[in-house]
Amino acid sequence: MQQANPASTPRDFLLSVEGLTVSFDGFKAVNDLSFYVDENEIRVIIGPNGAGKTTVLDLICGRTTATEGSIRFRDKELTRMKEHEIVHAGVGRKFQNPSIYEDLTVFENLELSFPRGRGVFGALAFKRDKEVIDRVEEIAEMIFLRDQLKTEAAILSHGQKQWLEIGMLLIQSPELLMLDEPVAGMSVSERVKTAELLHQIIKDHSVIVIEHDMKFVQDIAHRVTVMHQGKVLSEGSMDHVQHDPKVIEVYLGH
Amino acid sequence: MNATLYTRREWIALAVLAALILIVFPATMDIFRLNLVGKYLTYAFVAAGLVLCWGHGGILSLGQGIFFGLGGYCMAMFLKLEASSPENTAIQSTPGIPDFMDWNQVTELPFWWIPFKSFPFTLAAVIVVPVVFAYIIGAAMFKRRVGGVYFAIITQAIAAILTILIIGQQGYTGGVNGITDLRTLLGWDIRTDSAKFILYFVNAALLIVVLLLGQAVRVSKFGRLLIAMRDKEDRVRFSGYSVADFKIFIFCLAAAFSAIGGAMFTLQVGFMSPSFVGIVPSIEMVIFAAVGGRLSLFGAVYGALIVNWAKTSFSESFPELWLFAMGGLFIAVVMAFPNGLAGLFRSHVEPLLAKLTRKSPPPPAPDATPAEAVKLAAE
Repeated sequence: MQQANPASTPRDFLLSVEGLTVSFDGFKAVNDLSFYVDENEIRVIIGPNGAGKTTVLDLICGRTTATEGSIRFRDKELTRMKEHEIVHAGVGRKFQNPSIYEDLTVFENLELSFPRGRGVFGALAFKRDKEVIDRVEEIAEMIFLRDQLKTEAAILSHGQKQWLEIGMLLIQSPELLMLDEPVAGMSVSERVKTAELLHQIIKDHSVIVIEHDMKFVQDIAHRVTVMHQGKVLSEGSMDHVQHDPKVIEVYLGH
Repeated sequence: MNATLYTRREWIALAVLAALILIVFPATMDIFRLNLVGKYLTYAFVAAGLVLCWGHGGILSLGQGIFFGLGGYCMAMFLKLEASSPENTAIQSTPGIPDFMDWNQVTELPFWWIPFKSFPFTLAAVIVVPVVFAYIIGAAMFKRRVGGVYFAIITQAIAAILTILIIGQQGYTGGVNGITDLRTLLGWDIRTDSAKFILYFVNAALLIVVLLLGQAVRVSKFGRLLIAMRDKEDRVRFSGYSVADFKIFIFCLAAAFSAIGGAMFTLQVGFMSPSFVGIVPSIEMVIFAAVGGRLSLFGAVYGALIVNWAKTSFSESFPELWLFAMGGLFIAVVMAFPNGLAGLFRSHVEPLLAKLTRKSPPPPAPDATPAEAVKLAAE
């Protein structure tokens, strides 16, 4: 992975965030932030609490509207698009707390995320055909829930819920996946399996991950962006940022 | 799966319900009681809409009376115009217009009443007017992400506003008395016992059609999306769905159901007034759905029947206590059986029935319950 260079044409990147600013009543949660994500890159964003990491994901997926700046995904400007249009463009987002449909089964959770019949009448006419069933089973296999398809999602363990939500993103076949603390609250063995899953995912997706678990970050990251007070503090390989004195001071040194 | 509308058990439930309202009630009740049941059943349309909109979609509307009333008023306007022929109204200072207009010194039929001289137009308007109104409310609220309790309060406010508007414009709407003295439908006298009998069946048949339609929505992917939206709206949005569109659709569908109920109410009861539009009737309609079970379309019908029957018999003896009784009922539902009668049936009666049917295999027991008899016949 070459070092990101803002001067090069943005079209070379899958995602270009430039001069992104959002201010909540004068407080700039994200302040003139720029970073670039390559195709098939796995990027980890780290930073102390309140650094604006989750806000960046919110801005990319359209949950929060930017005050200034641009977010280009391929040739689309995401800052002017609605949430569901951003999803259609190929960006998937996993939330910090597992956000799944507890009253539905694992199968139904995945089925609803299958990218077909997304309009009102499409949903009324939607048929659960072989294509859907095969795809749901394929994804369920990947996220270790093949035997739980008929289980109501509410009774899954915390880790399984996290996987289910990742599966719900995967079934959309997004080009860019954004995962907010995917291993939070997981047991050690679940973490290992999740890392395995992520390695499999990045074969054909780009991924942005927010994570606090340094061991996990070291395991998966191609490049790390360190955020502090809404800005990029440091960026580069894990090794590079770990030895950056600015980073040590605000974050790793604690 | 999607291909089947009902499970076998649900087909039996539908058969039992259909038998009850199409055979048992007409066979055992005099026309006065039957007409009363027909009136109760018009509320079942509203409750069925609420089951989809509120029970499944989590959108609590406390203003379904708006749509019930609009549907009912559209029908009443047609009937009123038919009843106000120049011969019938010869003694008025302006013959040929509804009597209440004449009393209010209106000398000409307002332009927006004129299309209601046409029956096909009226039938279309019964559905279209409430649906368009629901669409406007839905688009204004859901696109701005107004939901939950705020949405409920706004629908309630709109119900109140509409009532005030109808009462205030009495020269055009009949005011607080509503539109009364309706006589004939295309020359057919709807006040006779035979007409009431026929209208009861039309109403019951329409209700079954609405239940089937509602079920079709429930078992489609749309139905599962409704539950998903109730559960995690953001996840649905970030799975690529325009949540507002789905909410608008289901709100409009519930409005259409209510409007059919309202039109049938006007036909069976013979008048329509603001007292079926405002806050109190709208909340009562939510209670019908809650008591029946807000996740069960069949439950909605039983809820509407039972609560209304209780209301009629209770308020005959203790008129001033009824409101307290209903408040208590609502609290009891919320506290003790949140899934209403349908939930109680599922948790208590169904296991019993299952036990019974397992104990008495193929040869039908002589004392088989109606449900079992139907089930055996279906096999």
